[in-house]
Amino acid sequence: MSILVFAEHDNSTLKTETFKTVAAAQAIGSDITLLVAGYNCQNVVDAASKVNGVSKVLVADNAVYEHQLAENISLLVLELASDYEHIIATALTTGKNFMPRVAALLDVTQISDIIAVDSTDTFIRPIYAGNAIATVQSLDSKKVITVRATGFDAVATDGDAEVVILDIAINAGISAHVSDELTVSERPDLGAAGIVISGGRGMQNGENFKLLEGIADKLGAAIGASRAAVDAGFVPNDMQVGQTGKIVAPDLYIAVGISGAIQHLAGMKDSKVIVAINKDAEAPIFQVADYGIVADLFDALPELESKL
Amino acid sequence: MKVLVPIKRVIDYNVKVRVKSDNSNVDLANVKMAINPFCEIAVEEAIRLKEAGMATEVIAVSIGNKSCQEQLRTALALGADRAIQIETDENLDSLNIAKLLQKIVEEEQPQLVILGKQAIDSDNNQTGQMLGALTGMPQGTFASIIKIDGDKVNVTREVDDGLQTIALNLPAIVTTDLRLNEPRYASLPNIMKAKRKPLVVKPAADFGIDLSPRTKLVKVTPPATRQAGIIVETIDELVQKLKNEAKVIS
Repeated sequence: MSILVFAEHDNSTLKTETFKTVAAAQAIGSDITLLVAGYNCQNVVDAASKVNGVSKVLVADNAVYEHQLAENISLLVLELASDYEHIIATALTTGKNFMPRVAALLDVTQISDIIAVDSTDTFIRPIYAGNAIATVQSLDSKKVITVRATGFDAVATDGDAEVVILDIAINAGISAHVSDELTVSERPDLGAAGIVISGGRGMQNGENFKLLEGIADKLGAAIGASRAAVDAGFVPNDMQVGQTGKIVAPDLYIAVGISGAIQHLAGMKDSKVIVAINKDAEAPIFQVADYGIVADLFDALPELESKL
Repeated sequence: MKVLVPIKRVIDYNVKVRVKSDNSNVDLANVKMAINPFCEIAVEEAIRLKEAGMATEVIAVSIGNKSCQEQLRTALALGADRAIQIETDENLDSLNIAKLLQKIVEEEQPQLVILGKQAIDSDNNQTGQMLGALTGMPQGTFASIIKIDGDKVNVTREVDDGLQTIALNLPAIVTTDLRLNEPRYASLPNIMKAKRKPLVVKPAADFGIDLSPRTKLVKVTPPATRQAGIIVETIDELVQKLKNEAKVIS
């Protein structure tokens, strides 16, 4: 059972979600190859070779893969596909973007966003914003799968995989990168943080998100937001936690001024401990919170910050 | 420039689904249905391109039984020019949906295909990308800005770390994210007018594609429920609980 796992990275750092995706691969089989496609990405290759359970790292280091355009990456994976029964990527924006293209080129359907492995061809995934859990069997000969990283525990980094440099550089020539506008933050990634503090519509404006920053700094937490806060223009979309935003499962999730719509719960309800701060005692968020406090956030947040 | 907009009929996003007691699927009997929110954004974007003089014709297409004509009529009321229903009673896998749409693309030769990034029922996020691969078109997924620029389209995408802008050769595929636009409501005169706009029905079987299932739904279960915890009275109590009981902060 040979498995190809696509490494998520930004050409300098291997994303921690990849360690969890490799854990998902290990639940399927043991012959695991990691593919690093990028440009000037030696740091990522070094990190990839140490991922526990990986026997081989394939490297496609070329300018055509720098921005991981779906048109180019999908053709690269297609070149390699004949050697593998399972092709797996993390369900982050890169994997979600190119993997269905790979599936269609291989004439198979994709099993998206799995949270558990039942057998080599049967997988468990949330549907309807996590309000139902489906067990789905793939009837295709090759399985193309994306993994929701929060469903799996990261593997260790004590491996020693063989590194193989590929001589493949296929440019589909139909798309080009123009520019990036990346959010620069000193805080941990939402997907990787052990603690997340999120604000909702109750924050009233973007300026008030500063009230979360002091607490986030003290706790080493990432800051998130509900869709309501993003739609209202308080904060950018890359902070959105929910069905259509980021899926997080930290040790501690603090929801501030968030009512708890099902679309938001879909993104955070697997957190180990949930705290809700809301002045509306009837807010649905309290039904999933381990600890709730009915309070005005403008009183509660400064006090919380001072007492941490 | 022709714009093709594939849309899906799904459960209304305000409705919380229930799993059937025999765990065969979710129960959609007598549940309010609607056009998938991301598909509605796709329709809106196509209409805005037409209003801006960039698009000449907007064609909505949906795959399903007769009931999806309701969503096609909605798209027509919002401003689409005509509609195509590909008729099937089967719940098709994304790959088979993409193969049927590929046939419509071959017939209609649109310069732009705008789809929702995902349907809120299956949450798959696949069809647009698959259609891109099958038609050989480039794709701009999770779009928050679309700008037509000669024979290219610039798409700003919502990615994990912020925003990325790419340039795609036309014809191209775009899938919508939430912030691309805010869809309008259909006015009553437009709803009346939509009833007279052309809607063509084509049986899925007529396309000569093998539509046999690629997946088997083994079972559907409710998610593990989370027990509501306790309400604390003071911040001091909260901090103490987090330190000593939950042990998640130090």
